[in-house]
Amino acid sequence: MMTTATEVRSQAKAEVQNLNFHYGAFHALKGINMPVHEKKVTALIGPSGCGKSTLLRCFNRMHDLYPGNRYEGKILLHPDNTNLLDDDVDPIEVRMRISMVFQKPNPFPKSIYENVAYGLRVRGEKRRSVIDERVEQALRGAALWDEVKHRLNELGANLSGGQQQRLCIARALATDPEIILFDEPTSALDPIATASIEELVTELKDKVTILIVTHNMQQAARVSDYTAYMYMGELVEFGLTDQIFIKPQKKETEDYITGRFG
Amino acid sequence: MTANAQTMSVPMTSAPDSVSDRLRKRASRHMKERVIEFILFSAASISVLTTAAIVYILVSESLTLFEHVSLWDFLTDTQWTPLFDDAHYGIMVLLSGTLTSSFVALAVALPLGTIIAIWLSEFASFRTREIAKPILELLGGVPTIIYGYFALMVVTPALQYLFPELPGFSLLSAGLVMGIMIIPYVSSLSEDAMRAVPMSLREGSYAMGATRLQTALRTVVPAATSGIASAYILGISRAVGETMILAVAAGMQPNLTFNPAEPGATITSYIVQVALGDLPHGSIGYQTIFAAGLTLMLMTLCFNLLGYYMRKRFREVY
Repeated sequence: MMTTATEVRSQAKAEVQNLNFHYGAFHALKGINMPVHEKKVTALIGPSGCGKSTLLRCFNRMHDLYPGNRYEGKILLHPDNTNLLDDDVDPIEVRMRISMVFQKPNPFPKSIYENVAYGLRVRGEKRRSVIDERVEQALRGAALWDEVKHRLNELGANLSGGQQQRLCIARALATDPEIILFDEPTSALDPIATASIEELVTELKDKVTILIVTHNMQQAARVSDYTAYMYMGELVEFGLTDQIFIKPQKKETEDYITGRFG
Repeated sequence: MTANAQTMSVPMTSAPDSVSDRLRKRASRHMKERVIEFILFSAASISVLTTAAIVYILVSESLTLFEHVSLWDFLTDTQWTPLFDDAHYGIMVLLSGTLTSSFVALAVALPLGTIIAIWLSEFASFRTREIAKPILELLGGVPTIIYGYFALMVVTPALQYLFPELPGFSLLSAGLVMGIMIIPYVSSLSEDAMRAVPMSLREGSYAMGATRLQTALRTVVPAATSGIASAYILGISRAVGETMILAVAAGMQPNLTFNPAEPGATITSYIVQVALGDLPHGSIGYQTIFAAGLTLMLMTLCFNLLGYYMRKRFREVY
């Protein structure tokens, strides 16, 4: 009970307010309201096509890359209360503050070192010493440093799948983001690599706020502090993970979690 | 009874029959396979045999030239005057024309082609691309003789307006127009290579806060290196092998120069000149075109090998 009380009091890093999202004529997200707590892991779960990835990709304005997409409502990023979805807010500014790790590891066709340095170089960082330091820090943060420190000049694509995904996490960490978005980061990985990524996510939450989409309910239960259950573009239930998994308030949530549906 | 026995016996006797039937069918199928295989093999052989025949003709005909001219002279002589009484056979003279005009053409086509490819692939909207790309590819379909006259009648006078001392025939004007002709080859193939780069790589780059230009230059272009390199090699081969533009607009005087502002003959335009002229077959002057052709073929072979190596070396695994 004590932990619950303190966790409820933890600050919101971001707040989704009455968010609607349209892919052309398709109304993909319907009136979403939820907080994202600072330095906690928030999991988005739900059956395929429920809109969880769509919601995640609103946070870094990924939908701006494709024509015909429309946002309504707000995602406020604290402490400065910036509405990430505002037309006046440059999506590049948003992505400078919020990193993302994708479903399939997508290292750039560059060396391990350059993969991690990418975000820094894009931000105009030229000092070799700074980049060296940040690359090492990020690779250590992603638990990859010891495996790659002697071959930083090899292509990122030569690493194993799990290592590639940790490289992508290092890449996301290097720019010191406020939030990291994970879009089903382990769905392309074997169980051992999955376990190492999950462990990493749990470690990272001391430093950064994490939002993770997952297909795997055990994963949500293992790594997250808060869970949002979505269905058909709507947020059905949001709460502490323990509460969602042990005593869900809604019948639909319970059906999904117990495997009777989805 | 007998009828009954007969009907009974039909399946009985036909069972061993059907086995031999099947065997016969298999044999005929086998025959058919062999015939088809032979047709496919012959089709493939045609191109191989043609290449072999071309090489054989070029080499054997060149050898008769080299009975009169030493290879050393061929490679080092600074004059190309096979038709004069005092004949010289220095291929360098023609090679310099080919290299100079190709250099001018590639200085136009490679940068412009790459920029156009980046724009088409990463910046243009779907509609713009659907309109712009076919129009651009049309440039590659214009007969080169027309480009030749365009160079002679439009580009040369325009250049002369800027540089009054420029002669009426020049490698510069032919090279510039040749560059325009090559642009669609470079841009179209490079654009295909860039568009084949998976969207997930672009998303990864954008998610790091990269702009469109940064994504294009730092992620898409490096990922498409092998395709862009083959586009360049194709462009180079086109430039080296181009004939009509040079024959029309560059003048056909053999001239050892690397100055694009001078007129010059290239290997290809020399071959056209001799092949269309009235030199008797079998004369030494006539044999020279085979040696020139062999040189050209060796050059393009080198570029093709280079292209093959580049494709293998830089092929990206996504």
